[in-house]
Amino acid sequence: MTEPLGVTPSQTVGPFYAIGLPWEDGPYVVPAGTPGSFEVHGTVYDGAGEAVPDALIETWQADPDGRFAHPDDPRGAVKWDAFRGFARVPTTPEGTYAFRTVRPGRLPSASGELQAPYIAVSVFARGLLNRVVTRIYFGDEAEANAADPVLRSLAGDAERATLVAAPSDRGYRFDVHVQGDHETVFFSI
Amino acid sequence: MSIPLIGYRREGPEDQPPLDYAGYGSTALRHPKRPLVPLPHGLTEITGPMFGHEKVGELDHDLTRQHAGEPIGERIIVHGRVLDSDGRAVPDTLVEIWQANSAGRYAHERDQHPAPLDPNFTGAGRCVTDSEGRYEYVTIKPGAYPWRNHPNAWRSQHIHLSLFGRAFSQRIVTQMYFPGDPLFYQDPIYLAVPESARHRMVSMFDLDRTEPEWALAYRFDIVLRGREQTPTEDPHD
Ligand SMILES: [Fe+2]
Repeated sequence: MTEPLGVTPSQTVGPFYAIGLPWEDGPYVVPAGTPGSFEVHGTVYDGAGEAVPDALIETWQADPDGRFAHPDDPRGAVKWDAFRGFARVPTTPEGTYAFRTVRPGRLPSASGELQAPYIAVSVFARGLLNRVVTRIYFGDEAEANAADPVLRSLAGDAERATLVAAPSDRGYRFDVHVQGDHETVFFSI
Repeated sequence: MSIPLIGYRREGPEDQPPLDYAGYGSTALRHPKRPLVPLPHGLTEITGPMFGHEKVGELDHDLTRQHAGEPIGERIIVHGRVLDSDGRAVPDTLVEIWQANSAGRYAHERDQHPAPLDPNFTGAGRCVTDSEGRYEYVTIKPGAYPWRNHPNAWRSQHIHLSLFGRAFSQRIVTQMYFPGDPLFYQDPIYLAVPESARHRMVSMFDLDRTEPEWALAYRFDIVLRGREQTPTEDPHD
């Protein structure tokens, strides 16, 4: 067996990614006006509690049936029209972000049990030499969250709470703390 | 129902820069202090957004033809292949780039470097790899620029790149450098990558692809993580 090739290392997006990365339709996991859609919104904070005005949030999720817009989903791909599953949003000068989506369906875990619904998130920023990866769970899914294998594997309630978005008048609120007392749980994938 | 899944190969500290790197001041308040929690790869991590031609306009791959006139600077061709770590081509995948102009100035309101803006250069490009994973841009060579990380700090000349691959776990944002840049030794963003892996961010001068009497060329191959084991049958190959 030959040695694998070395992967290209990650570098920061830097302060000027807005020249190339934001898309007009970036905030739309589903098109505007999709029935049942809502916003997920929040603020990105640094370790001093200051808002981060130059972060970039990307998300990836299943559709409401728990299918992905992708051929490697062995159960078959998404059936929804215009379901992209992906959002890309830069933070505003106030460090806020928002994207429009629908609640993803529950996915089977490797051992076959159902996971709580969640949205996968990448956070990029000046000062982050690699993206950090987290998950958004839904605050009104208490029962599913309590049984979820990933949430259960975390050290304590405070850690779990950093991954749970609270229902709000626009949808759900999810703040990201890249560092500090309320530091979000990040995953290595 | 349980579903057998093949995850993507894990990266180690020998492949990637640490999130906490003292030489790069902005990491101080922007890196998580708690250890990352290892996550087994499930459906979410082995799938991912697959963008292709629908995101790319006719002149998006040629940064020298996006305005009424030609930008000032050294015209270059930047090309290469996108592969996974098993050497397999990553076809039909979006490659996005952004960069400073030839004077080292970004067309961004928050760039205060007192170098001229170029009305004929925005500095953003998109293209899609072909069936063999090849991509190609025409652009101008970006200038070095100062930043405030430490006294008299300068960024090496670089082009920012962003790729999706075919899975959430393959997503990467990186920077491509030019061979022999004298600024490397004082550039903490470059130096944050372990020494043995830095060469993977440096393009090669490529005389073969040079267009005589028109443009020099640089080759830059991009390697994304491969699968943990090669799928026995892959209908997408
Ligand atoms: Fe840059």
